[in-house]
Amino acid sequence: MKIREVRLSTTPTDEAIADLRLGDIVYLDGLMYTAREGVYMRALEEKANIPMELPSESAANFHCSPAARINPDGTFEMGAVTATASFRFAKWLPEWMAKTGAKLIIGKGGMSSKDYKEYFVPNGAIYLSTVGYGTGALLGRGVENVEAVHWNEELGLAQAMWVIKCNKMGPFIVASNMQGECLFERENAKITQNIGRVYEGTKPAVLKRYGESDDRSDEVIG
Amino acid sequence: MIPLSLIQSTAETLMDKAAIEIPEDYLQGLQKASETEDGDLSSFVLKAMLDNYDAAKEDRRAMCGDTGVPRWFVKMGNDARVEGGMCALETALRRATANATNGVPLRPNRVHPLWRTDHDNNVGIGAPEIEYGFEPEGDWIDLITVHKGGLFGTDYRMLFPSDGIQGIKRFYLDSLMAFGKRGLACQPAIIGIGLGGSKDTCMVLGKRASILRTVGSRNSDPRIAEMEDEFKELGNSIGMGAMGFVGKNMVIDCNIEVGYCHTGGMPMSVHAFCLSSRRAVARIFPDGRVEHRTDPDWFTDYQRRETVDWNPVREAAE
Repeated sequence: MKIREVRLSTTPTDEAIADLRLGDIVYLDGLMYTAREGVYMRALEEKANIPMELPSESAANFHCSPAARINPDGTFEMGAVTATASFRFAKWLPEWMAKTGAKLIIGKGGMSSKDYKEYFVPNGAIYLSTVGYGTGALLGRGVENVEAVHWNEELGLAQAMWVIKCNKMGPFIVASNMQGECLFERENAKITQNIGRVYEGTKPAVLKRYGESDDRSDEVIG
Repeated sequence: MIPLSLIQSTAETLMDKAAIEIPEDYLQGLQKASETEDGDLSSFVLKAMLDNYDAAKEDRRAMCGDTGVPRWFVKMGNDARVEGGMCALETALRRATANATNGVPLRPNRVHPLWRTDHDNNVGIGAPEIEYGFEPEGDWIDLITVHKGGLFGTDYRMLFPSDGIQGIKRFYLDSLMAFGKRGLACQPAIIGIGLGGSKDTCMVLGKRASILRTVGSRNSDPRIAEMEDEFKELGNSIGMGAMGFVGKNMVIDCNIEVGYCHTGGMPMSVHAFCLSSRRAVARIFPDGRVEHRTDPDWFTDYQRRETVDWNPVREAAE
């Protein structure tokens, strides 16, 4: 299979999103903001005003906190940029999308196809996964400028809302589409066919553990 | 006497190197993986990672945005003396950690577990961890920093002698399956397995097996070394590659460390060191010499000693 590369705006049109295929490699242009548990809790639970015009300024929510510092003169130094695992944020994402019009959720590991079908597709949104993980230095090169850092005092550097101007920032992999299909589930299904052979001869531990699943074809998220 | 200022300046350099420069042994392991990988997506991922290591070194920026949780291992020759004593050394390592977090910059990952507050410098209660080891000869100290990233890829289980090797294999596979899906473990990784000890020691053994041993190293017990080869192959036969995509490279190497345990049990831990295997080492001598390397060389014969007295085998002086 030949891998297709696509340039995409962080305020993408519905057509551009509909055109994406699972496994496409994407490079982004435009403004992107970081938001993870700190930002979600502050905006959705504490009802603080979001300090950006969303989605007109950006429809790209990056689950990330960068390796960066704020210099004494107020300028920023951003080194590497990589994502954190997104499944932990499923609790806040439906409300966040409704509120901000986010169309690109960018992170690590993706969400479940159930998440995609329930609230990604209805909001016209897809999931982009970082590569690796993580290609922090390559993504750092795609940061043309750090435009602002919001809520740093309240949330700290790692949880603050960083606003980044991207210039061909990537690579990212398209991990969901407008049919609500999930790239990771597709791959897991292929790998599952081999499980019986790999586990052949092994036996369950003599002392059982209470747990959530003993089926290796199960997804561990969601 | 080893000067304190040299300890701090060396520690700051190590923080920088660990964050930016992928260790050569892991790089070669990943290059080999990249050559053999035929899954189209996982192959793309490995090539992107190799580009990423180059970009990090060229730009002198951290390899990964998650720069891990910095920690220190200090190994001392029995005759080493540190200016100001060991409390001064600990302060120097804490200061170097804070300075480098701001300097490189690293991500200030460390927060209070309940209040989620932090000092934006990776220093706090119990952070960075500083652990010690000793060697019977020498007046040097080795400073080893490891910035292990990620929240996934680690598990512990109390197995029993009747579980046997097949039980060990099953728990190993379970750990790789659970943390490998969607690439949560950031594989292909150096997998460390700890066997034996008490629960806490078992975790320490497995963690050290993954972060303090290099790709290609083998346990000095030939039967364990054989298991390391077998387990590496087993992990790579799952059919899962980078990011959990279909592929044949999950384990860059598998290192096993053991410790004596309770006669009734067989505790086991599994750890995955990620695609950004951040480790850097320097040996500091009292005359001010500093020698940098990436192999911690932690598990010497002395560290794995089995009996009461330490009687090194001397070369016959004929």
